[in-house]
Amino acid sequence: MTGHTLTRLALRSAAIGYVLCLILLPLTAIGLQSFEDGLTRFMDDIQQPQAKAALILTIEAALLTTVINAVFGTLSAWVLVRYDFPGRAFLNALVDLPFAIPTLVAGIMIAAVYGATSPLGAWLQQGGIEVLYNVPGIVLAMLFVTMPFTIRALQPVLMELEQDQEEAAYTLGATPWQAFWRVTVPSVLPGLLTGVFLTFVRALGEFGSVVIVAGNIPLKTQVAAVYVYGEIESYNPQGATSVSIVVLILSFLALMLLERLIRRPGERLPMFLNAVMNGTWFGVRSHSPVHAKP
Amino acid sequence: MERGLGCVHIPLYMRNPDTDVMRRLLIAIVWVYFAGLLIGPIAYLCIQAFGEGFMVFLNEVLRPEAMHGFWLTTEITIIVLLINAVFGTITAMVLARQRFWGQTFLSGLIDLPFSVSPVITGFMLILLLGPGTILGTFFGAMDIKILYALPAMILVTLFVTFPFVVRELTPILMAIGTDSEEAARTLGANEWQIFLRVTLPAIRWGMIYGATLTIARAIGEFGAVLVVSGNVLQLTQTATLHIYQSYVDFNYVGAYAVAAVLLAVSFLILMVLELVKTRSSAVTDRSIQMVRP
Repeated sequence: MTGHTLTRLALRSAAIGYVLCLILLPLTAIGLQSFEDGLTRFMDDIQQPQAKAALILTIEAALLTTVINAVFGTLSAWVLVRYDFPGRAFLNALVDLPFAIPTLVAGIMIAAVYGATSPLGAWLQQGGIEVLYNVPGIVLAMLFVTMPFTIRALQPVLMELEQDQEEAAYTLGATPWQAFWRVTVPSVLPGLLTGVFLTFVRALGEFGSVVIVAGNIPLKTQVAAVYVYGEIESYNPQGATSVSIVVLILSFLALMLLERLIRRPGERLPMFLNAVMNGTWFGVRSHSPVHAKP
Repeated sequence: MERGLGCVHIPLYMRNPDTDVMRRLLIAIVWVYFAGLLIGPIAYLCIQAFGEGFMVFLNEVLRPEAMHGFWLTTEITIIVLLINAVFGTITAMVLARQRFWGQTFLSGLIDLPFSVSPVITGFMLILLLGPGTILGTFFGAMDIKILYALPAMILVTLFVTFPFVVRELTPILMAIGTDSEEAARTLGANEWQIFLRVTLPAIRWGMIYGATLTIARAIGEFGAVLVVSGNVLQLTQTATLHIYQSYVDFNYVGAYAVAAVLLAVSFLILMVLELVKTRSSAVTDRSIQMVRP
């Protein structure tokens, strides 16, 4: 064996060993724990009123976040790419901030500005809208941390999108809405789906920002991650495991569905790698299209 | 393609008066969205942090608990960065350059930390290393404290930050190909020389980019660290845990002050990322041109 082959083997073993220990081993631990007490126990755990309420609230809030993020994210991406207006570069630079800001800090900022002690919070409260320790607060926190996903997934696609195609549609007598739905939407759909699914998965597991704004009221504002944290703190690993497993399975299913939806026939790379290669994962790189051919 | 805001081309149909109203409305909506979600909260936090005077802010930031938090966060970040840089580079090289059974699976595993909630990450580590488990008993017998101590905090931070360097380097390594490395090998360079003189210079900006993302995530990590650290004052309390503790104890000024410091760090990180982004794409492009003329 040559030195080169030996080096390759050594590197491969190191990489595989490291990934298995760091990532697969903990996942196996939680998988085994969930099987330990059987399916009936698992069903009992997630049927607990508090666990069930937490799971339902989390899914609802994550779905609401996803919808708002999809609408406003698409709008923002569109405006940032297509229109020139004062402050455009400034807003564009701000988009990446939620990735760099610690989620806990995000939660504290939202709690501060929408809490009853701030002028805005007091004004909203007078109008009968309770943001903090309520569902709107949870959705705001989730929106904050997921804000870049849709915008950054769509910006490169919108830039790439040939305006000629839209202009051709106008020449053929299409209205702006027709051009939008028939020409723009189909080409941006993979980017939009990536942004939307990543938003949902991220919102589903969000903890740091939500724990501050949600207030941890059981049955009312307790999301799944906060419930899991509470169960860990009160030494109930079984209850924590069951809810964790539900969240994990939902996340994995969502990502698998996304991969199914946007993978092109014959594409060799797994979706995630592709998404990251083109910068849609972190959202911080927006200089290449989502489906650039390698 | 031009990166960023290069391609402004306002077509005719958008210049006519009807759509101009639409255009203004859309821009206004985007401003409100950004103001409500980002600009407002950031500005308000800064106002609150300095609201009671700069001395109060300084006092809160220089408290021993806060300083300990900053120090612990720095320590964890540096250790995680070093381990990640080494194993991240190795893994990226293996994924980009080698074909083996189970590769797709391995590649999929690397993405998993992105989709696991931080609290669940911490919880998994407790299940793996807690008292009563095989590994927990093993380390207990050897008198090595992992859980509720620094090692566990490093492990969860490694878990959540692992994809950054790998995912940054894999595409770059694929793009530059192996021609230059083969040439170096033919000229008699050993593996280490090839890495240092040929591979590393080509991937260095990507590496710095991945490292910066790692730093950002390591500094900001909260949920996973909270679960495995035990949150012991002045012992296992990182900067984010200190903010949380202050907030829960109704010391809002303290929480806002330290949060403002982390916010400033985030801005700094963002600027570094912007800087590296332009550099790294330039370097990659040039390397590709070099390899495929």
